[in-house]
Amino acid sequence: MTNGDPSVVVRDLVKRFGDFVAVDHISLEAQRGEIFGFLGPNGAGKSTTIRMLCGLLHPTSGHATVAGIDVAREPEKVRQQIGYMSQKFSLYNDLRVIENLRFFGGMYKVSSSALPERIRWALDMAGLTDRESAITGTLATGWKQRLALGCAVLHRPPILFLDEPTSGVDPISRRQFWELIHRMAGEGVTVFVTTHYMDEAEYCNRLVLIYRGQIVASGSPTELKQRAMKGELLLVECEPLGPALETLKSAPGVMDAAVFGDALHLVVPEASEAVHTLNSYLSERGIRVKKIETIRPSLEDVFVSLTTTHAQSAPDRRPQ
Amino acid sequence: MNWRRLAAMAHKELIQIFRDPRSLLVVVAMPILLMFAYGYGISFDIKHVPICVLDRDASQQSQDLLKHFQASEYFRVVKVANNYRELNAAIDAGRCQLAVVIPWDFSRKLAAGGKVEVQAIVDASDNNTANVSMSYSEAVIRGYSQQVQLEWLQRHGLAGASTASAPIRVDARTWFNENLESSAGIVPGVVVMVMAVVGTFLTSLTIAREWERGTMEQLISTPVTSMEVMLGKLAPYFVIGMLDTTLCAVLGVLWFDVPFRGRWSVFFLSSTLFLIVVLSLGYFFSVVGKSQMAANQMAMLATFLPTFLLSGFIFPIDQMPVPVQVISWVLPARYFMTIIRSVFLKGTSLAQLQTNLLALGVFAALLALLATRAFHKRLD
Amino acid sequence: MTEPNAAIRASELTKRFPGVLAVDRLSFDVSPGEIFGLVGPDGAGKTTTLRMLAGVLAPDSGSALVAGIDIIRSPEGARHAISYMPQRFGLYDDLTVYENIRFYGDIFGIRPVQREQRAQRLLAAAGLGEFRARLAGKLSGGMKQKLGLVCALIHTPKVILLDEPTNGVDPVSRREFWAILYSLLAEGVAILTSTAYLDEAERCHRVALLHQGRLLFCDTPAALKQNLPGAVISIVSADPRQVRETLEKAEGISSLVLVGSGVHLVVDDAARRIPELRARLEGSGASFEVIEQITPTIEDLFVAAVQGGIAGKQP
Repeated sequence: MTNGDPSVVVRDLVKRFGDFVAVDHISLEAQRGEIFGFLGPNGAGKSTTIRMLCGLLHPTSGHATVAGIDVAREPEKVRQQIGYMSQKFSLYNDLRVIENLRFFGGMYKVSSSALPERIRWALDMAGLTDRESAITGTLATGWKQRLALGCAVLHRPPILFLDEPTSGVDPISRRQFWELIHRMAGEGVTVFVTTHYMDEAEYCNRLVLIYRGQIVASGSPTELKQRAMKGELLLVECEPLGPALETLKSAPGVMDAAVFGDALHLVVPEASEAVHTLNSYLSERGIRVKKIETIRPSLEDVFVSLTTTHAQSAPDRRPQ
Repeated sequence: MNWRRLAAMAHKELIQIFRDPRSLLVVVAMPILLMFAYGYGISFDIKHVPICVLDRDASQQSQDLLKHFQASEYFRVVKVANNYRELNAAIDAGRCQLAVVIPWDFSRKLAAGGKVEVQAIVDASDNNTANVSMSYSEAVIRGYSQQVQLEWLQRHGLAGASTASAPIRVDARTWFNENLESSAGIVPGVVVMVMAVVGTFLTSLTIAREWERGTMEQLISTPVTSMEVMLGKLAPYFVIGMLDTTLCAVLGVLWFDVPFRGRWSVFFLSSTLFLIVVLSLGYFFSVVGKSQMAANQMAMLATFLPTFLLSGFIFPIDQMPVPVQVISWVLPARYFMTIIRSVFLKGTSLAQLQTNLLALGVFAALLALLATRAFHKRLD
Repeated sequence: MTEPNAAIRASELTKRFPGVLAVDRLSFDVSPGEIFGLVGPDGAGKTTTLRMLAGVLAPDSGSALVAGIDIIRSPEGARHAISYMPQRFGLYDDLTVYENIRFYGDIFGIRPVQREQRAQRLLAAAGLGEFRARLAGKLSGGMKQKLGLVCALIHTPKVILLDEPTNGVDPVSRREFWAILYSLLAEGVAILTSTAYLDEAERCHRVALLHQGRLLFCDTPAALKQNLPGAVISIVSADPRQVRETLEKAEGISSLVLVGSGVHLVVDDAARRIPELRARLEGSGASFEVIEQITPTIEDLFVAAVQGGIAGKQP
């Protein structure tokens, strides 16, 4: 699946807007056929990084190559090598399906001899072969999404950028979409996904977590959940909940405590030890414990634990 | 009606007006700009018309006549031609608008006591100026002619009798605007224009902006009532509108020397009514327009063009074809224009302006009602 | 089952727009002191439902009682008791944090002294204490969201309606946001929030899964997960496609999904199938690291419900 030279290489990429450092020394590598995720909240620097990689924004400093092309020196050439699918799809709702395909085919300079074949392929992939005359605006979200994907890859780019591709999309369409992405990755396409949805990140082979312009962690979703988290996560069901939370926040050995539905989630350095101590700690304070168990941290737990420590060690230099 | 909620809406609107550089520009700079642009820019007075002269006589008398032209502030001699060809060329090139040709036997005929004709050629492609230039040049020549007559009579010892010998005399008096300064007529009209444009323009943005920015949805879910929204939003614009109008009136009196012969009470009463008209209209467009751009366009179309063309601002209404005159009856600006001009230039009493004030009042009531009915606290 | 003291009671709410049935006979209850989640993708009908309950949109049919008042017939009567924060919430970018709070305080008729006290407390909880003089437009996304919540809470509502309040917000701000919500429950407030994040559903006491305007399920997250027939198994592997090929013919699998780190399957019986699958994988030489049962996610449930037509417990 992944072999040969990495298709995207980024070294110490920086982008400044006046005093504001949007992207602060980012480095990464993505292999051919890899689904690579950029995970972080809005304003963290994801879009700025992607724009630089697409040749739309000039880096302040640092170095990036996409499909072997230096993005700073030959931005025009880069754009022929990439496909881009934006959030909410940027399709023309008043054009027919086939007209959208022809339009994007023209934009990406697909040769007129190759275009009919590519259009047929895209229609087939999206499942719209009998519906090429349908007005795009009348399609359901899932169909539009697959059509948008087709439009983005008519020119067979080796690298594909997806910006929040399945946000708000129903789970079934989402799974079908990711099935297509996996197929493309299997054929060697490198797929870059930016998202702030933690559960979307699960579909990626590898992730980098971005916060305030910097990478705070990288690895596969499983690796991140196992190793990047500082401490372990406990689920505590007890009563009464409110007072329990108050005392646990200041309890020794509790790194973080938060309500989660009917229970509390606690971050502790060591789970098995903590289970014992907490049982007695809570009972002493008149709190009835129903259940304490170790649970697997989600990517969001990982993110929070990393960004809290990150924020503590490096105060935000950006204007809030 | 909860006064606290109303005050909160008004306060918020005021802050937003003053924090938006564009609306600030409209509120402060636009009235002054309009005043000066119209006050100075539109003038029906003709001054310093460029003229060309061809003196075929080159005598002392012909030179005397030409000096009359030169001394007049209405004319400016830009070329002394040597022949007709040069004269024609100057007119064709647009270098002069009027040409005066003095014949070769001018002084000889004058000395002989007979009539002599002076030719005046005018470029009438600018109709307005042409007519006026013609009459001015006739006036200059007549003035000279009278002077010549007087000198002749004096030389012949008949000076005392001359004044009685002119057969017809016109005693022309221009009322209310003695110097026929068009600025006196224009400036009060500008007060109306400013109020119409600024009032409707600014308010047309207010509701549409909240929809566009997305704050309206939450606002309608609060206890605030539609009436409180409307009055709260329009109150600051009312105050600003009044201040702007007063500013224009003061500018008119102090700077443009327009007289103010009426009563300030009538001025403020009619201004209040007209403000209610324009603000209600602007608010209505803002509700109906759904987007700031649409609301704005509606506002400009509905106020600027009709006010400029049909309110009597530039073009007298009674000179218009009857169907168009009828249209002007439904224009509130027409009534306000009449009232304002009276207040400045005529000083007529309240009683005499009754009909106009009543018409304005009816419009104010109708449009205010329309505005209140337009806004609903609903998404569909 | 209808709760006698429900803070929100929606009954057969229906709303049609040209060409689409946005909400289809929706019924559910929310009790005081409860956080209830409306969960579903875009177009499921969440925003439309919230708008009807907030009294800014009239339904085509059905009824709704909010804080004891018939919100459809007399919406104005309920305004004081409700707090509504739409997706595009009403923050005035050109007003400062303080001016925004003051505006909403005045609109709801809160006395200045009370308003000050409440504002201080909420701003501190939201981490916005030092930003009173900052123009709202200059705040970051997460801070704006928190300020929006503060303005919505400046009066003491009985019912809070939130439409996707944490969309795009950074996880730390999101936690602070939820902490504020949880703290309100002690006052007996009922909170109805909508989200397209399926994992956020887990934070609610009860959840209603919506799909194309209809209610699929309504229950606590834990009960919902137990409702899923079968079990979810995770196989961690560096080559998920190979794993899938190998298991294509295996028995007992009702769905198989490729994820970044491997494969997720739904099987009928975990205890029985795990050894079978392990054997199959080892036999074909496919590489894998772990094969284990995991807790189903709300997404698993959603997919099963829509595809399998499984009916859930209706309120």
